[in-house]
Parts: sequence; C-alpha cells; structure tokens
Amino acid sequence: MRRVAPVIIAFLSGFVTVISFCFNPDKTVLGGIEPRVLSWVTIVGGFTLLLGVVSITRVNWQAVHRKKEGWPYKFLTLVAMYVMAVPAMLPSSWSPLFGDAEGSIYDWLFMHIDAPMMGTMFAMLAFYIASAAYRAFRARNPESTLLLAAAVLVMLWRVPMGEAFLRLFGENVPGFINTYLMNGVNAAVQRGIVIGAALGAASMSLRIMLGIERTYMGKG
Amino acid sequence: MHRLPLKLSLVAAYNLVLLILGSEPALAQTTVDSVFRWDRLNAMILLVVFSVVILLYIKWAKEGKPLFLRKIPGLEAVEEAVGRATEMGRPVLFIPGIQELDEIETIAGVSILGRVAKITAQYETPLMVPVRYPLVLAAGQEVVEQAYTEMGKHDAYSKDMVRYVAGEQFAFAATVNGIMVRERPAANIFMGVFAAESLLLAETGNAAGSIQIAGTARPEQLPFFIAACDYTLMGEELYAASAYLSHEPLMLGGLKGQDLIKILIVIFIVVGVILVTLGIGDTFYGWFDLGN
Repeated sequence: MRRVAPVIIAFLSGFVTVISFCFNPDKTVLGGIEPRVLSWVTIVGGFTLLLGVVSITRVNWQAVHRKKEGWPYKFLTLVAMYVMAVPAMLPSSWSPLFGDAEGSIYDWLFMHIDAPMMGTMFAMLAFYIASAAYRAFRARNPESTLLLAAAVLVMLWRVPMGEAFLRLFGENVPGFINTYLMNGVNAAVQRGIVIGAALGAASMSLRIMLGIERTYMGKG
Repeated sequence: MHRLPLKLSLVAAYNLVLLILGSEPALAQTTVDSVFRWDRLNAMILLVVFSVVILLYIKWAKEGKPLFLRKIPGLEAVEEAVGRATEMGRPVLFIPGIQELDEIETIAGVSILGRVAKITAQYETPLMVPVRYPLVLAAGQEVVEQAYTEMGKHDAYSKDMVRYVAGEQFAFAATVNGIMVRERPAANIFMGVFAAESLLLAETGNAAGSIQIAGTARPEQLPFFIAACDYTLMGEELYAASAYLSHEPLMLGGLKGQDLIKILIVIFIVVGVILVTLGIGDTFYGWFDLGN
C-alpha cells in the first residue's frame, strides 16, 4: 500500500489537472481545478517551512557546538535567521517593532540589509559574465570563431553607440542582425530546445502518472 | 443518465469532422457556452496520440525489443565525476535547481539525485545537496536515504547531506558559492530550474576547479552553463537523464516514443511551412491553434 497509494494519488492528480485544461472553468468545477490543486502546493509548502528552519538550525548548531572551522559565521547565520523571523511572527499589537509593517524590525532588516545584499549579489553577475564570455568567445576553431563574430555583432547591436557604429557600414546592418541572427538562427534554435523540453516534460509526466518513474518518491 | 456523455461524444465527433474540414468558427462558437472547450480538442487529440505512442514503446520495451539510444556525454560523465571525487577524497555537490517541487524540472532533478546518490553510496563519496525549498528538502532526504539503503550503505547516510540553506534566490547562491569555495567539491552537478544565479554558481565552481555537469530546460540559462560547465544537458536531455541513468527498459521505452513524436512534429513543421509559403496554410495552422 505504501508504494501503490502515492502512485494512485500522482495519477489522479495529473489526470484531473490535464483533463481540466479542456473544460470550461465557468461551467464546471473540473475546469477550475488546476489553480486550486496548485494552491495546495503553497499550503503544504508553508507547513513544511518548519522543516527548513529545523535543517538550518541543526546543521549550523552542530558546527558551532563542535567549533568547526568557520563556526562564527554559522553562529551569525543562526542569529540573523532568528532575529529576522521571531519579531516578524509576533503580533504588531504588542509593539510597532513587531510584525512586518513599515517601521518594524523585520522591515528595517529587510530594507537595509537583506535587499542591498541581494542587489550586490545580482550586480556581481556582470563580472561573472565578463569572465565566462572571455572563455567562451575565444577563437580556437572555426565554430568558436563564428560564435565570437555573432556575439560581437549582437553585443554591438544591443547598445546605442554600437548600433550607431554598425550603421556606418550600412543602414540595414542592425536590421540584418535582428532579422537573421536573433529572430532567425537564435529563435529557431531556442524553439527547437523548447519543443524538445516540452515533449520531455510530457513524457516524464506520463512516466510519473503511470508509476514507471518513482525515484522522486524515495521510500514511497 | 447516459444521454449527456453520448451527446458530448456526438458533438465531439461532429466538431472533429468540422476541424478536419477547416471550419474553425464552428468550434469557436461552441466554446463560450459549452462545458467542454472544443477549441482545445486538438490539444486533447495530440495528447492522446502522444500517450498512445509512449505506451506502445513502453510495451515493446517490456517485451524485450532492443531499443537504441544515442549516448549522452553529460550523463556518461556523471559516474566519471563521482569517481574523480572519490579519488580526490572530496565531496560531490548536487543542486536540484532553485524552484519548488511543483515544477517538473525540479522533479526531474530530484529523480537524477536518486541515481547520483546510488553512485556516491557505492563509492562512499560524501554528497552535499543544498536546497532552497523545504518540500524539496523533504523529497531530497527521502530519495537520498532510499538510494543509500538500496545500495546497502544506510550507515553512510546522514540526514544533513540534503540541507535547506536559504529561501532567497541570491542568499541561496551566496551560500552555495561559499560551500564551493570552502569545501572544494570535486564535482558539481546542477539539475533543474535555474535563473540569474546559474552563472554565479557555475563560474564559482569553475574557478574552484570542479568538474561540472549542468542540465536545465530553460533556454535563457543554457548559454551560461555551456560557457562555464564541462557538460550541459539541454532541454529534453534533463528529463531523459533519470531514465538514461536507470538503464531500465521500461523507462527507456518512453524516451523512444518521445523521439517518434519529435519526428511527427518535424513533419508537421515542414508541411506547415510549405503550405503557409504557398498561401494555403490557414486551415492547417488552425488545427494547432489552442484558442484563449
């Protein structure tokens, strides 16, 4: 039963969700079942958040307790998590510092520490792109030289100064890049990948619904 | 009691004939008031055809018919990567994407994790799986524990192999980058949904000297992985990975069925291009229009 029940649930959930695509949500319950089923994921996910908190606490506390290398950072992680989470969970009626409204501890930490740090991480992507592009666009063989030429043209076309430069070689050069490189070769390859991925996803869904693919269930 | 299904079947058959004859407005008129979305009947027919083909190939695979599958270098390299990690005495880092478990790519990632965990269990190589969502944490822990149990290495399993690190996208990326720099895993395997953090992770792993295998169905992230990783599974290869690594005929049958559907799609595309170029492709195009 432990192995069969999850397969039956997976089959029914998948089947009903697929079938609901072809039913009118205004006329039948079946038509509107997909968003309802998907909202269950959010509800279940909310309850399992506690698992995440337990996992972070256990892994980091063990490192702190055993004074492993870098334990002060682990301790800081724990402090940061609880200092941010606990005041946010307390009712704002007790104090304006509690809850997640403007002026609360949570809001202050989010606006002044969390958001800038996220922005910093995202901004660092520019340097990573530069180093990856340097490696990817080296002219080692005819194929990579072609890639380099295409990349240079697209990068020039994407910035106003580069576009102005390209127009020196002919008014239609930027349009040529847009039509043939981006909307031609690039779009065709991307669509090929998307079609293949969609078929792969459908095939995998079928394998899951039929209980052929059961690895994701673990002990099931 | 049986009138409604009968009526629906008759209307479906009638609309199918109209669809084949190219009378699209008839379908559109029935959409607003009917229980069934007749404008999506084409999707249902395609789904049935697709399912039948996959099931046929699975049946043939079950009967023992030989099925040829092309080699996927990225998946062939998984065992090599784990072997390298074992020789170097360093861990294997597996990231099942950064999305929730309701994404089919994440389920594919978790399935591949199960196969990889069997290999790490076999070689007794340390495995680290940082995750971004608690549901993925629960599924990942189950999958890894099962893999270690099946390989008879349950003692080597630790619940903390799969760990929740952060719910924020870039906090997750920063934590994983920290793990890559501090623990220096010999192999990094990225399988699932990735977004802007894909290059942050893959470049850091590259700088740390790890062998890297990535797989995603997001076309916008593929160039980053191709630039920074040793092997990249593109789109459908991600979904094929679990079946490929399992070597189970039942699973491989599904992959062959998928290939036949791809050939059909290519034929439809070529026919459609020719018909549209000749200016007589509207009806044909309408067959594949899903409506709103």
